[in-house]
Amino acid sequence: MSIARRTILALALAAGVALPAMTAAEAETLKIGVLATFEGAFTVLGEDSERGALTALDEFAHKAGGKDIEFIRGSSDASPDSAVRAARKLVEQDGVKILIGPLSGDEGIAVKEYAKTKPDVTFINGSSAAQDTTFRNPAPNFFRFSTDGAQWMAGLGTYAFKDKGYKSVAVVAEDYSFPYTQVFGFMAEFCKAGGHVPSKSWVPIGTKDFSSVIAALPDKVDAIYVALGGADAVNFLSQYQQAGGQAPLIGGSITVDQTVLTTKGKLHDVLIGTPSAGPTADTLDTPEWKAFVDEYKKQKGAFPSPSLFAHAYYVNAKAALLALNEVKGDLSDGGKAYRAALAKLSFMTPTGKVSLDQNREAIADIFLTEVTQGPDGALLNKLVKRIPQVNQTLGIDEAAFRALGTVSRDNPRCP
Amino acid sequence: MSDNADQGRQALIGSGTGGGLTLRQVRTLFWLIVAAALAWLFIARWPEWLDGLLISKKAFLSAILNGLTLAGLYFLVASGFTLVFGLMRNVNLAHGSLYLLGAYIGYEVATVTGVWLLGVAAGFVVLAVVGLVMQILIFRRLEGDDLRQTLVTIGISIVAADLMLAVWSGSTYQISPPDWLQGAVKLPFATAYRSNGSVIYLTYPFYRLVVFAAAVAIGLGLWLMLNRTRIGMMIRAGVDDRAMLAASGKNVHLIFATVFAIGAGLAGFAGVVGGSALSVAPGEDVRYLLASLVVVIVGGMGSVTGAAIGALIIGLSEQIGLVYFPTYGVVLTFVIMVVTLSIRPQGLMGRAR
Repeated sequence: MSIARRTILALALAAGVALPAMTAAEAETLKIGVLATFEGAFTVLGEDSERGALTALDEFAHKAGGKDIEFIRGSSDASPDSAVRAARKLVEQDGVKILIGPLSGDEGIAVKEYAKTKPDVTFINGSSAAQDTTFRNPAPNFFRFSTDGAQWMAGLGTYAFKDKGYKSVAVVAEDYSFPYTQVFGFMAEFCKAGGHVPSKSWVPIGTKDFSSVIAALPDKVDAIYVALGGADAVNFLSQYQQAGGQAPLIGGSITVDQTVLTTKGKLHDVLIGTPSAGPTADTLDTPEWKAFVDEYKKQKGAFPSPSLFAHAYYVNAKAALLALNEVKGDLSDGGKAYRAALAKLSFMTPTGKVSLDQNREAIADIFLTEVTQGPDGALLNKLVKRIPQVNQTLGIDEAAFRALGTVSRDNPRCP
Repeated sequence: MSDNADQGRQALIGSGTGGGLTLRQVRTLFWLIVAAALAWLFIARWPEWLDGLLISKKAFLSAILNGLTLAGLYFLVASGFTLVFGLMRNVNLAHGSLYLLGAYIGYEVATVTGVWLLGVAAGFVVLAVVGLVMQILIFRRLEGDDLRQTLVTIGISIVAADLMLAVWSGSTYQISPPDWLQGAVKLPFATAYRSNGSVIYLTYPFYRLVVFAAAVAIGLGLWLMLNRTRIGMMIRAGVDDRAMLAASGKNVHLIFATVFAIGAGLAGFAGVVGGSALSVAPGEDVRYLLASLVVVIVGGMGSVTGAAIGALIIGLSEQIGLVYFPTYGVVLTFVIMVVTLSIRPQGLMGRAR
């Protein structure tokens, strides 16, 4: 008896909670899920990505397609299962029809697989940049307006070999799909130019103590290519400095990003002069970029310059809102018209034009950079060269590119 | 019972080796051989094939030394954890949060005052007070209710993680140790020989050696306190039989509060010391909680010696795994834990209850 009464009470309560939510939905509010890493080793990256997404929302004055837009946060810790869990929560509990995210490489692949089971929901990438999120077995409802980790490396391999004169390079990178993609992009050019990579050290995400890895690095290399993110990068760099590391560094895109350059502590000495490449350059001198930086800086806790995560979430969120405008906020057909609009979308970002290929992967400009100290003492990525409109196959014919095989620990090789 | 088993094993070994050796002698011999092999690896000039097998002498020696210093750090965190568990049967799952909070407080104090040692002291003192408050306000009310205590500590750790994220954001902090602790020292182990015959010695960060030395000193101090002082005697008595200790007229709550304060203070101390060696970032709390759980499970719940042995095993295996098989290095710690649980469920130094 008392159990039955309690159940009725619970039901009544649930109805009371649900009803106002339903009336709110009638007032034309559209919820969009934003999934990023607000926990774990990549927390600082997730925080900045949210600033990027909010910058886009502010630009649209929180309205698109005639509806009020509301972002709902989903949090993961950079592990694929946590990303899928957060995506499921956003889609199945909060009922979002559009989801922006996730942040990290393995998460992207996992969420893409999840997307296949939810054909009526539209998934737009956050900043995850593994190659196979879109290149092999893509999901028809997963879109990526930010480029992938191999694209980000465009120009760096050649620059390291020809301009810097490094003939042999050791690799230290985290052990998951995004760094595989970055190393692939770097080595594709570097090995072709005649360089050698005699050793690769793959370390787990969240490694604190790199000193053993540093001690095991070969002595006879000209430089060390480092593809680590967030706290991992900071730990490696400071321990490399402590150990008196002599070889110059080459940075992966997120290793010398604002999320690392703004670290409290002294990394300046090892970082200045480090070449890298990625989808942004802090000293880019175009009015679009400067306007974006100004808007970004209005967000709480903003860095001196937006990180590539803020940039990627901004671009993807902007794409989501632009396409919503195009279909006038109408998702009633299960989002078909919306996805068609997304696939055709081509627009100007702070870093130049972006459009999608047949796999719904971005084609955009990439920037070759070098770490330098700004006038106020802050570290910045100085623009060295702009490489226009890099596609996913790095300009190689698609069949030939596919024949290079899946990126992995051992592919590519040139010892 | 155990005597019988021992005799059985001795008989077994005796028949295998042709008689004469007791189990103890076999054990001593085994450890002597291991020690000799290690000493040879450290001192001798390595032949080519060994370099090929273990990457290089420098890599191997660094992995061992790093394993030792990491073990020192793990021991500092886990010793408090194991003491609290042994005495109060309280699995304090907020122990990792104490580590992280200590690190942040140490950073703030060291940055504001400019004196690193003050930061270390603040990490210990503030966290000891926090531990005391937790014990008095929360755990005393839940005494004897293991499940509820465990759930409450999980709750505290989640709330604390979010509060720290709100205050210190997700950025990575580095606490700079003073100049006199920085720099590298030359150790008397040759790692390579130049063609002209001169020897290259292993250099190692001085600060890490200090961390290890501090851990050893604190470990010795804890051992002396537990085995040579009156309060230590009471703590050991409490570990063995809490009810009997209370019945014999000792103020159990005072002892509990002391142990909790020491445990929490050590976690805070480890936070500052570890944050100076590595770095401070969100997520560290879970990492060190997990590490101390594994250390304590392997070493045996409630035993400080066990925590030291567990920390050594886990620290060394983590570093050796990182260098020689990075992909599966993470699994190694858990394999050790599973093997320990299946062979000696109470841990290496733990007592069956």
